[in-house]
Amino acid sequence: MLKQIEGSQAVAAAVAMCRPEVICAYPITPQTHIVEALSAMVKKGELNAEFLNVESEFAALSVAIGASATGARAYTATASQGLLYMCEAVYNTAGLGLPIVMTVANRAIGAPINIWNDHSDAMSQRDAGWLQLYAETNQEALDLHIQAFRIAERLSVPVMVCMDGFLLTHASERADLPDQAQVDAFLPRYDPRQVLDPAEPVSIGAMVGPEAFTEVRYLAHERMQQALQVIPAVAAEFANGFGRDSGGLVRPYLTEDAEIVVVALGSVLGTAKDTVDALRADGQKAGVLGITSFRPFPDQAIRDALTPVNRRLVVLERALSPGTGGIIAADLRTALAGRPAPAMSTVVAGLGGRAITSKSLRGLITKAAAGDLEPFSFLDLDTALVDRELARMRETRRSGPSAENILRDLGITASRIG
Amino acid sequence: MFQVRFHGRGGQGVVTAAELLAEAAFSEGWHAQAFPSFGSERMGAPVMSFCRISDQPIRTHEPVTEPDALIIQDPTLLHQADLFAGLGREGYMLVNSASSFGELGLDEFVTGFHPYRLLVVPASELARTHLGRPLPGAPMLGGFAALTPMVSLDSVVVAINSRFTGQVAEGNAAAARAAFDFVADERKALTDA
Repeated sequence: MLKQIEGSQAVAAAVAMCRPEVICAYPITPQTHIVEALSAMVKKGELNAEFLNVESEFAALSVAIGASATGARAYTATASQGLLYMCEAVYNTAGLGLPIVMTVANRAIGAPINIWNDHSDAMSQRDAGWLQLYAETNQEALDLHIQAFRIAERLSVPVMVCMDGFLLTHASERADLPDQAQVDAFLPRYDPRQVLDPAEPVSIGAMVGPEAFTEVRYLAHERMQQALQVIPAVAAEFANGFGRDSGGLVRPYLTEDAEIVVVALGSVLGTAKDTVDALRADGQKAGVLGITSFRPFPDQAIRDALTPVNRRLVVLERALSPGTGGIIAADLRTALAGRPAPAMSTVVAGLGGRAITSKSLRGLITKAAAGDLEPFSFLDLDTALVDRELARMRETRRSGPSAENILRDLGITASRIG
Repeated sequence: MFQVRFHGRGGQGVVTAAELLAEAAFSEGWHAQAFPSFGSERMGAPVMSFCRISDQPIRTHEPVTEPDALIIQDPTLLHQADLFAGLGREGYMLVNSASSFGELGLDEFVTGFHPYRLLVVPASELARTHLGRPLPGAPMLGGFAALTPMVSLDSVVVAINSRFTGQVAEGNAAAARAAFDFVADERKALTDA
């Protein structure tokens, strides 16, 4: 059924149709609307699940681990510092091979505190052993949650569904909500590979020493390799059952004959596609490569999606690895190693809610086409503002906190429009 | 694509108004998208929200920097920088005020626009009368339905009824109708003149 619906409400409806048995959550912006909606459904008796309010994010995921280990379908959601606070449990979930599905409503990490969107939170958990799927639209966020339970349970691995905080979670868009029968037909009952059961006691997560730890980790990597097959297979089954394309590993858009290809994750892909259409109308052959699956990183799918015509990649990074720069670009270089790779420019963009506008993207692609785009840059950086703070730091030992200094320098208290 | 930017203060229903406009447009078969500029809904802080309406699927997720219409829910924001940023000469603007543009000190700004596209409506007063609370969102949308050809008053009422029930729905709908009539009369006076 088509509805005009807020992203969080759409995701809550999708999660509910997946019939989770245990939902545990601790509120944090911008994820809160999702679990609020789920708790309301449980309270009203529309959703037959155990809803646990816990005292922290660490507890939220720990409760999900306990529930999942007893064979229950478990779900939670978080963002930003909340994800960091549950970090130890994030690794444990993957290490134990528990198919928990968690929404990450992507948000920046402090300090300075910032409630707005970027991908720093999920990307900080890059190596935890969770699958990470990034939604471009609210429709895809909804669809990915349904696929996530299927993928997670088939492989016994946890899945993070990442959706841009505010840009998607708080955006009202048109979405096609499936009915319960469709979801039931797509998502079978959870058949756990391991169960904590008093009738047949086992230990899970006990000590493993040097004699076998490498092998356990090897298997974690092997499950990710299997995921590279399962993710597209589940997307294909989804397309059969629901009649639309969602998910998968990568999403190329007009890449075949494109001289410049913008590579990105998440909601900026739509803006990039509009920009590419406008540039093509002016004769500039540009394309977009959306990466839906960040973990596992789809090396082969990316190699298959790119053609020799693609002479430059512009990689939009909505997170920063200080000291090296781009996170996705590093993975792309690995994926393209050993073959004639296109030139690559890494552009850090959209940190902490800074809008990525089509105007800026247009400038970026035009610059790249002219060969003038640096290998590494920050989109729309206020260079003068940065330079003035660097000067203050050179001139005065006790120059004070940089974040507050540059805010004072700007002289603004309200958010900018674009 | 028709793009609307709402300006108001936290607590005035700025985000809800954009969502209701999207809902109204959706009910007429349009593609629509609404989202807030930020989500730390502090009472009284300046808040923006956006609504796009299109006959095609809406892919962009950038803020509205070149609005076709501005809906200003709080006139005390009028002299803040950037409020009118990006509004073209063919644009529409509806300001929640019982005062004229001259009394608001905006005579210079409104010069060069189509006079019948830039109007005021006393939305807070209408809401106080019909709803009992000075929440301007619904009457601003009623006025918007009269100001532009984008959505009908009926669709605005449909959207209000999809969000609210009982007296709140009735009060908001009555305020929206009153604002529609007010703006329709203003337009008529200007187009007849």
